[in-house]
Amino acid sequence: MSQKTLTFALMDPPYESANLTTAFRLLTAAAERGYNLNVFAYEGASALAFARQAAHPNPVHGKNLAEENHPTTREQVAALLACAEKNGGKVDWVNCGMCVDERGVNEFVPGTRRGSPADLHAFTEASDNILVIPTK
Amino acid sequence: MASYLLIESRDPFDSNDVQFTTELATGLAQAGNTVTVLLVQNGVLPARAGAKADGLVALLNAGVTVLADDFSLVERGIAPARLRPGVTPAPIDVVLDHMAAGHKTLWH
Repeated sequence: MSQKTLTFALMDPPYESANLTTAFRLLTAAAERGYNLNVFAYEGASALAFARQAAHPNPVHGKNLAEENHPTTREQVAALLACAEKNGGKVDWVNCGMCVDERGVNEFVPGTRRGSPADLHAFTEASDNILVIPTK
Repeated sequence: MASYLLIESRDPFDSNDVQFTTELATGLAQAGNTVTVLLVQNGVLPARAGAKADGLVALLNAGVTVLADDFSLVERGIAPARLRPGVTPAPIDVVLDHMAAGHKTLWH
């Protein structure tokens, strides 16, 4: 079977919606299959790959940084890129330019890039299939 | 006729618009298409055997294949034995299978 290319459009911001948990499960499963993945992260999702996200302790619960073990979506994005590379696939992760400018999140995890809705159009043309995961 | 995968992420007890997924899926099935609905996240809640789930019953009666994301079930403490007959647990990979096969895939 030929290598598949799938496109996912993500819209939800980090740390707010179960949609992203499911989205990362889907993306990881596809990367493990060696699929090529295109991701268009727009609106709130443009902050997923923001490089300055920082884990934090939780003093209210009496946990230090290590005990809290706070996951960040920038780490999830980086792990996805590594998983795809390990399995022979590629990830083209595009952060919507206007969306990142609006939110001041214009510093990205290495391996992701700035783009525009034109990239989503190009992804759609070049993919075997596409799934849009909109915000509620 | 085409094949469709509709992914329902919302709880019908919380979101009235889940009804739209039911209507779309049953309509597509009645038109002769092959339709699968995958319940994910809070969308799995009506799959419990004792839940009032008129929409889910309508899907099953229309010949729609109804799957429930296994991870979402575990997160909510719903054992497979407690599912309504006709609803089958499935791994998230089922979405990739449908997408790779070129089926029309929609998320709600």
